Amino acid sequence: MQVDVVVKPLRTIALAMLLAAALPTAAQPAAASTAAQGAASADLAPTVAPDPQLEADVQELSHKLRCLVCQNQSIAESNAPLAVDLRDQVREQLASGRSKEDVVDYLVARYGDFVLYEPPLKGATLLLWGGPALLLFGGAGWLVLRLRRRSSELDATAGLSATERTRARELLAGRAQPSSESPESRS
Amino acid sequence: MKAKFLVPLLLFFGLAGFLAFGLTLNPREVPSPLIDKPAPNFKLARIDDPASTFALEEMRGQVWLLNVWASWCVACRQEHPLLVRMARQKLVPVVGLNYKEVRGDGALNVRGMALEAETALAVERARGWLSDHGDPYVLSVLDVDGRVGIDFGVYGVPETFLIDAEGRIRYKHIGPITPDSLQQVIMPKVEELRRAG
Repeated sequence: MQVDVVVKPLRTIALAMLLAAALPTAAQPAAASTAAQGAASADLAPTVAPDPQLEADVQELSHKLRCLVCQNQSIAESNAPLAVDLRDQVREQLASGRSKEDVVDYLVARYGDFVLYEPPLKGATLLLWGGPALLLFGGAGWLVLRLRRRSSELDATAGLSATERTRARELLAGRAQPSSESPESRS
Repeated sequence: MKAKFLVPLLLFFGLAGFLAFGLTLNPREVPSPLIDKPAPNFKLARIDDPASTFALEEMRGQVWLLNVWASWCVACRQEHPLLVRMARQKLVPVVGLNYKEVRGDGALNVRGMALEAETALAVERARGWLSDHGDPYVLSVLDVDGRVGIDFGVYGVPETFLIDAEGRIRYKHIGPITPDSLQQVIMPKVEELRRAG
């Protein structure tokens, strides 16, 4: 009985952790589908770099950059005029030999961190990045503390004294009558 | 620890407070990283005289506004009367940056159009619009391909930049200027910069 009380929440924790571990895998099909969508809209875009490797880089980078007009699409997925312009900028600058970091810096200097789908890790975003881990481990720690306290409380209250134990045994064996002041007596 | 039952309630109020504050923010207004940085320099053809150019440093020593506009921009039409009124009252010099006049217009198909032809069409359209609605600008320049717009971090028209005497961007107004934003935000900042400069 006592074991059961402890095991059930533990099972819940294990389940939560399993779920958390499963989340990245669940997100992958979604990412694949947006990539497909991006490729589809890229078909509509007039300009494509002749070099396939360069175009692949352009596409990869474009998926990491947010369109400022649509806000919930990357510049690879969006066909807003600004997204087309920014895609052209990315293509032009990569073609001229600048690195991906240079191109990202170029856009961040003009549009801010907002243009990045993945916010950079810095002081202001520490809570954003650390928050989920903080909640998970904080919650788990709190749960463990609670369970420890409860089981020690149960140990303290549920234990029977030697006389109580003998009396219980006698009651079960039918050798004694329940006392009249018992709360369970149906007189 | 008797008030323990209040904890969820307090958590709720905390969360509700954050959400209520979030409702007052406009997600369309992306803060510009260019504030207090030197305005990106440019040299572009003037609409009144496309053969000559205007460069940003020509406004050095003045506190001025750079207003991004286009004839296809509906919200520009909304703020334009205010700009005209500002010009009449000589509140603050405003330079117009005409943004993608031709290729920004979704109604036009300009694929394969030569740059000269596009520039000529842009000049014609911009001049026509200014003579129809009034020209509040000290002068307007043509950003045919929107490249200067990108340098300024423009992501929608209209946008207005407040630039100080040393050529630094001090404030960015996103969307049409309203009488309220002019009186309560822009003009106080202009006065402050003038006093400082």
